[in-house]
Amino acid sequence: MEAFTTHTGRAVPLRRSNVDTDQIIPAHWLKKVTRDGFEDGLFEAWRKDSSFVLNQPAYQGATVLVAGPDFGTGSSREHAVWALQNFGFKAVISSRFADIFRGNSLKNGLLTVVLEQPVVDALWEIAESDPTAEITVDLERRQVRATTPDGAALTADFELDENSRWRLLNGLDDISLTLQNEADIASYEATRPAFKPRTITA
Amino acid sequence: MGRTLAEKVWDDHVVRRAEGEPDLLFIDLHLLHEVTSPQAFDGLRKNGRRVRRTDLTLATEDHNTPTLDIDKPIADPVSRVQLETLRKNCADFGVRLHPLGDVEQGVVHVVGPQLGLTQPGTTVVCGDSHTSTHGAFGALAFGIGTSQVEHVLATQTLPMSRPRTMAITIEGEPADDVTAKDLILAVIAKIGTGGGQGYILEYRGSAIEKLSMEARMTICNMSIEAGARAGMIAPDETTFAYLQGRDHAPTGADWDAAVAYWKTLRTDDDAVFDAEVFIDAAELAPFVTWGTNPGQGAPLSARVPDPASYEDASERYAAEKALEYMGLTAGQALRDITVDTVFVGSCTNGRIEDLRSAAGILDGRKVADGVRMLVVPGSVRVALQAVEEGLDKVFTAAGAEWRHAGCSMCLGMNPDQLAPGERSASTSNRNFEGRQGKGGRTHLVSPQVAAATAVLGHLASPADLSGADAGARTPAGAR
Repeated sequence: MEAFTTHTGRAVPLRRSNVDTDQIIPAHWLKKVTRDGFEDGLFEAWRKDSSFVLNQPAYQGATVLVAGPDFGTGSSREHAVWALQNFGFKAVISSRFADIFRGNSLKNGLLTVVLEQPVVDALWEIAESDPTAEITVDLERRQVRATTPDGAALTADFELDENSRWRLLNGLDDISLTLQNEADIASYEATRPAFKPRTITA
Repeated sequence: MGRTLAEKVWDDHVVRRAEGEPDLLFIDLHLLHEVTSPQAFDGLRKNGRRVRRTDLTLATEDHNTPTLDIDKPIADPVSRVQLETLRKNCADFGVRLHPLGDVEQGVVHVVGPQLGLTQPGTTVVCGDSHTSTHGAFGALAFGIGTSQVEHVLATQTLPMSRPRTMAITIEGEPADDVTAKDLILAVIAKIGTGGGQGYILEYRGSAIEKLSMEARMTICNMSIEAGARAGMIAPDETTFAYLQGRDHAPTGADWDAAVAYWKTLRTDDDAVFDAEVFIDAAELAPFVTWGTNPGQGAPLSARVPDPASYEDASERYAAEKALEYMGLTAGQALRDITVDTVFVGSCTNGRIEDLRSAAGILDGRKVADGVRMLVVPGSVRVALQAVEEGLDKVFTAAGAEWRHAGCSMCLGMNPDQLAPGERSASTSNRNFEGRQGKGGRTHLVSPQVAAATAVLGHLASPADLSGADAGARTPAGAR
């Protein structure tokens, strides 16, 4: 996984709630067997509308998505995370994320940042009043920083558990970490009851 | 202090617990399908890893598979490559696979339970959000992403932080026409699509205890639509009776030992849930969705809500967007909404009891002119059972299409899709924009409402069929 320490970039205001993973990447894209090449499928249906925010020239090249509550609901498809990353997003900010999407994002180095809705509102205003305004997402300090249209500094702390933060900062691979405890797995396996189901009988 | 059902199953699977780390949980059963596994197998190859426990892993083909002409090569080359990739991966890594054409093939969440692999007190994962289905057995069952699929393949474990617990208590006697689907749609409408976020739900109460295993699966299946990590129901005699004699259920002394353990899997009287929700089953009615998320639902007798009635700005905007997408107007009676397509199937409602309910209503009736009805059994076993009972003939005599098993129109990855602007009454689980085909409009319903809707051509419950004159209704511009 790619490490995430701090990122500064322009933001896209996506004023929609309940953005489900079918919207992020429609099902027909899921037939691909790779982790890349999903950028053209990102928000495919909405991008057919020329006024959709991602189509506006001012937001081209933006790397931080600021979305409404309950982002990433629905299907467990990790392709949603890959599509956002393939398109160029480094971080997504929302007041609430669906659990599976959040887990998938953190395993791929796409930082999902939970901020209170009033802060999200303020970030929307910043990105809408000046699409060139930059937002900094600082994982080391667990802080989002920006400048409001009237020139005031916006600083918002966010929470992320220490273990997830450590893995992201160092770009650590979960499987390698788990396999360091292989002996624990083997000893657990030795104590499993005989009645537990098996898909293949020896 | 006592523990909840979820806490008991969780604790029994902790391989490693350390301060400041998520628990490392052992996974008893890992189910695979073609869509979310290819990149995981690639990861294993890249790192020279094997599948740690092929004896706890099972694959089936379901999302991409056609429901017509299954003996011919799959027409869509991209779908074909994905299925061939699964076949190669399973062969290379020694994973048991039930491919298209196999008698045990079907939707992954139908296959696990019917084989008896889904058992109380087990941990079950699959790269599919509807893995929550298996919680109906008192299993702790999570949908996972592809990175986690790779993790489970390589280690048979998952590092996870324990979610909080929420009791959904449903007491009382529901009306005859209220099904498990109506119960869960009402739960989601009550707590919202994010209401279950961070929680494992436990459904309990007299209305839940009376449900069959298949109805319980319908309930747990849609836990994810309330945002929950999982949904569970405590195992009881209904659970044990369903399991006994199935292919992978324990036998002899193992059965006795298993049942003794399973009987301990109940929330202790002094256990405390982090949140509780109460629902009176007697107040419920057949439920349908009008919007573009599963929380946007209402009793069938209601009208399309007015977005202006929502106090929360984001909900109001979501309702406005939903009505625009769905082509509906505020105040329109839900019963006046006409449909083009009716879909009966999916991991939510594609089991034999669902097909029996729909067939019972269609028997001796006809699907309305201009309405296409697809009946897609959840698995080959379900299809064979339906044929044995003559249900396929009931469906075809009514003018419905009887198809082969798979996910089909639930998500439209195969050719079974809505055309732009087409409207469906669907027994599946998601009414998201474009879910059943680009521009398609979905109303989630029970199998009973689906069948009645097929006959009348507009959203309807079986009660509307007796003496109703379908032609007398004037659809209010639902299209």
